[in-house]
Amino acid sequence: MHRYSTTQNNRIFILTGLSIALIVAVLVSPFASKNPDGLDRVAQDLNFESKSEKDPIAKKLPFFSIFEEYTMRGVPESVATPLAGLVGTIATFGLSMALGKLTTRQRRISQDDSTLK
Amino acid sequence: MPQFSILNSAFLAMHIPDGFLSLPVLGVTWIGAIGLIAISLKQVESDYQDRAVPLMGVCAAFIFAAQMINFPIPGGTSGHLLGGTLAGVLLGPWAGSLVVSIVFMVQGFVFQDGGITAMGANIFNMGLIGTFGGYYLFRTVRNLVGQGLRGIVVGTAIASLFSVVTASAIAAIQLAISGTVPLLIGMTAMVGWHVMIGVGEALVTVATVTFIWRSRPDLLYTSSKKMNSELLR
Repeated sequence: MHRYSTTQNNRIFILTGLSIALIVAVLVSPFASKNPDGLDRVAQDLNFESKSEKDPIAKKLPFFSIFEEYTMRGVPESVATPLAGLVGTIATFGLSMALGKLTTRQRRISQDDSTLK
Repeated sequence: MPQFSILNSAFLAMHIPDGFLSLPVLGVTWIGAIGLIAISLKQVESDYQDRAVPLMGVCAAFIFAAQMINFPIPGGTSGHLLGGTLAGVLLGPWAGSLVVSIVFMVQGFVFQDGGITAMGANIFNMGLIGTFGGYYLFRTVRNLVGQGLRGIVVGTAIASLFSVVTASAIAAIQLAISGTVPLLIGMTAMVGWHVMIGVGEALVTVATVTFIWRSRPDLLYTSSKKMNSELLR
């Protein structure tokens, strides 16, 4: 019973945490401040913004054909940033869960639990 | 469409892009980042149990999401969460470092946020300074103030503010060594803005850590004797 409730609690925790992250990334992101951030502002004020590479490696990657920074291409402007937020949040979540599962030590009990569902 | 991208770059979080840092600085920061990530991988493999996994996933997702939200600070500038101290306090320095590294890699590779050559510097400055420096500062303050909620709040607040200011100072040093901007001018400007950004960092980090401490204290790195046994060695 104790083991079952731990698994259950973890599921609730994951769902709650991921939901909060998704709400932030999808629903709040369009309202983010459009002012330059700390480094951006300093680069503008001290005139070294132009030193940034015009043709960076990241723009040669296939992802650039899907996302231009935090906007998804080919969709209406109103959903471009929310969709980028959705994909990015799920990607970081999935990669971190996967890395965690690959690196941490498995307890037999929790493996049994997950097969029970 | 240059106009579009100028608009965009002002709208979004900006990490250090390609072109700001010189080759030696890029090399040193990459070596530092990769070295600490490698040690973290080994530590997670030997010391963490799979119960850390849900928090690793949620923490990464939350830091990615929160970094999208630039909050305004006085003076027409904005800031966003860095998240290093948050990850360090929640997951400990080892799993915390892995998680923040994943966030910066996704941002750099998928969303062109932060240069790929500068990724070592961005991971080091915004991630590892928080996961290591922030975490150990948190522990020190917490041991002085107390193990209860008060110690957590005070420790988290001081550590997150300090980690952001430190990160901005280190970035200013990297920019100066690279010949991008003179040290004193760059340092004054970077630290000046990042003191205010650090206050925002502290508010978000304290709120998040307190929320998890109240709802699932068993998931916190510091509350698990097994998970942090290596620290008591």
